[in-house]
Amino acid sequence: MGSTSAHGERESVQDAAGLGRRDLIKRSAALGLITVPTMGFLSACASGGGEDKPNPNTSGKADKNNPFGVVKGSKLDVVVFKGGYGDDYAKAWEAAFDKKWGTTSSHLGTQEITAKLQPRFNGGNPPDVIDDSGAQQIKLDVLFKGGQLADLTPVLDAPSLDDPTKKVRDMLIPGTVEQGMQGGKFVSVNYVYTVWGLWYSGKLFKEKGWTPPKTWDEFLAICTKAKEAGLGGLAHQGKYPYYINVAIMDLIAKKGGLEAMKAIDNLEPNAFEGNPVALEAVEAVYEVVEKGLLMPGTNGLTHTDSQTRWNQYKAAFITCGSWLENEQIKQTPADFDMRFLPMPLLPGSKLPFEAIRAGAGEPFIVPEKAANKAGGMEFIRSMLSREWSTLFAQQANSLTIVKDGVDPNVQLRSGTKSAVEALKAAGDNTFNYRYPDWYSQMDLDIQNASNELMAKRIQPKEWIKRAQAAVDKAAKDPNAKNNHRD
Amino acid sequence: MSHVAKSRGRSGFIAGFLIVPLALYLTFVIWPYVQTFGYSFTNWTGQSPTFDFVGLENYQALLKDEVFLSAIWHNLLLLVFVPVVTILLALFFAFMVNAGGRGAAGGVKGVRGSAFYKIVYFFPQVLSLTILAVLFGAVYRSDEGGLLNGVLTKVGLVDASEPIEWLNEPDLVLWCLLLVVVWHGVGFYLVLFSAAMQSVPKDIYEAALLDGAGRGQTFFKVTLPLLWDSVQTSAVYLGIVAMDMFVLVSTMTSGQFGGGPDHHSEVMATVLMRNFLYLGKSGYACAMGVVMLVLTMILSIITLRATRRERIEF
Repeated sequence: MGSTSAHGERESVQDAAGLGRRDLIKRSAALGLITVPTMGFLSACASGGGEDKPNPNTSGKADKNNPFGVVKGSKLDVVVFKGGYGDDYAKAWEAAFDKKWGTTSSHLGTQEITAKLQPRFNGGNPPDVIDDSGAQQIKLDVLFKGGQLADLTPVLDAPSLDDPTKKVRDMLIPGTVEQGMQGGKFVSVNYVYTVWGLWYSGKLFKEKGWTPPKTWDEFLAICTKAKEAGLGGLAHQGKYPYYINVAIMDLIAKKGGLEAMKAIDNLEPNAFEGNPVALEAVEAVYEVVEKGLLMPGTNGLTHTDSQTRWNQYKAAFITCGSWLENEQIKQTPADFDMRFLPMPLLPGSKLPFEAIRAGAGEPFIVPEKAANKAGGMEFIRSMLSREWSTLFAQQANSLTIVKDGVDPNVQLRSGTKSAVEALKAAGDNTFNYRYPDWYSQMDLDIQNASNELMAKRIQPKEWIKRAQAAVDKAAKDPNAKNNHRD
Repeated sequence: MSHVAKSRGRSGFIAGFLIVPLALYLTFVIWPYVQTFGYSFTNWTGQSPTFDFVGLENYQALLKDEVFLSAIWHNLLLLVFVPVVTILLALFFAFMVNAGGRGAAGGVKGVRGSAFYKIVYFFPQVLSLTILAVLFGAVYRSDEGGLLNGVLTKVGLVDASEPIEWLNEPDLVLWCLLLVVVWHGVGFYLVLFSAAMQSVPKDIYEAALLDGAGRGQTFFKVTLPLLWDSVQTSAVYLGIVAMDMFVLVSTMTSGQFGGGPDHHSEVMATVLMRNFLYLGKSGYACAMGVVMLVLTMILSIITLRATRRERIEF
């Protein structure tokens, strides 16, 4: 563009001055052509470039009651994802924390976790506690690789606030600690205990005289009956293939047992390809598509649209996690009677019908470079007490990973109640995949394949091929060897 | 005062005014570009101030990245179709509104009700892109609740149990998005071209009429040549829109930051964002940014060269 001014002068001499104006507009537009599309994204690129500076960690004196050495009167910076659970619970916690420790908490509830926090991580001044959740969460594997996450093992080994003779780790639901691991370190407390599976309306089933299916064939039969009655069988949140993967992956785990699940998480070369269990599970889901038992149009709907349709009795089942009830609280008719159903069984499954995918979600982290790391860790320890867990259940109508963590006097809604019952029935038969946290790209690739499968654009065999390719690609990442499940 | 000193004083005066915008431009436009260029040679994750220098690795990977290459292709398709379709439609409507009418007593004017049309056509322009995405989300909705599917079902062209999943069809999705952009843009360019047409002296049209020119001839022989400057400017503006597309694609299509189904609506900006913010490959994303910069630069130069034409004085 260096020649523009000379060029412009020549022209303005030749023509009347007025003509230069259009040139000017054109050129500035041309410059804009370069800048506009790129600028917005790239300016975000400008990291502070700050180098690791010694952490001015406020280290007070540690003792039995104050295992991390929280300094009285220090400041605590809390950022939480303000999604389905709101952020009132966090405000209640902060008030309790400030009262106990004489600290001053600052609170930010936001959906834009990445936008708000990425510059702070890069600048070396992250908050002290973060609920890193939602669609715009900063991926934990990314943060971990960047060395941004504090090791929270000391919190697990600290005395519990409920019973100082016990460690915090002994107060949690088994298996939830494992979910906070990245590369062998415990870096995030996944606080909310969630179950995944199918959901249906107790009212609709009663009206139609259907019994909740226990096998995949029964499930297909009800879907067929629903179709005959003019409804869809299965609804899913098609714009986000994450949800249909719940069905596919649950079927694989239940049919093939925990080994099948671990083979996927451990990126084994036969996780999908050459694994008859995986093929059978995918074919089972594809049968729903082929027989036309999906709710019409569900493949293209957003989660709210499809869930609302389901709330309007347009489909018998929907795939989701137990946040569904809270998310749909306004759209659900009062007599809907929302119920949870474990994924029905394929013939010859290794896990029983009651087995469910259950696990901890909503990761809370303490940044390695937090100014008040001690405060952040104490905050996490407090979260894992019965008192704070009850506060959460009251404000967010959901369960936490604290064992018996909710005061029995708290009333639960029908969906959550049925989820709790299912959890009880499942006992030790719970399972949960780790690959979505460990391998973001692989997760997206498999979701893409599922989207194509549901739209009948690929066949189950092709799905298997694609999923295996995604696994193989993830296995090439040198960081993959740090993640392993036994 | 000598002539030289006078002009020097004046340039100082002008520079005084320019220094602030120049500083802003350097800080907020040029400096990020330089930084992006630097980061594109690193394996920066985007979430940490530490990273390693990896040389040209990111660029080599880009050449093999099918998703990004398809995104470039989509951008190029849009780059052709967005300006061409929008400008043609806008020109047609502008012509009809301004000179397409045939009054009983002769003379040049628009079709009946042209003042009304001008306002109506401009409406879409006042909508922001986010509103547009919501609006057309409802139009393209994949079940019978969608406007298109609802109408097609009522007419009997589409079976209610198998609605068309507009934005989930690999062959349709890009064109659906194109339609949104065109719908949004036509009104503005209609007004732009109208203004330009009104500055064309009436007697030229009258002369053409007297010579027995029809609407088509008047348009191609008189209107279009006289409007060429405006058309060029519009093409550049619409090129900007076509190279971006981020807001519409990321909100309307499936996938993290859009681009679905199966990457069929991917544009460079969506791939870039996904790598930058979601997959933790920010260095790689910066390399994409540099490629975008180079491509748009080449294109803007070509556009300005190719559309240069002799001016017609009037």
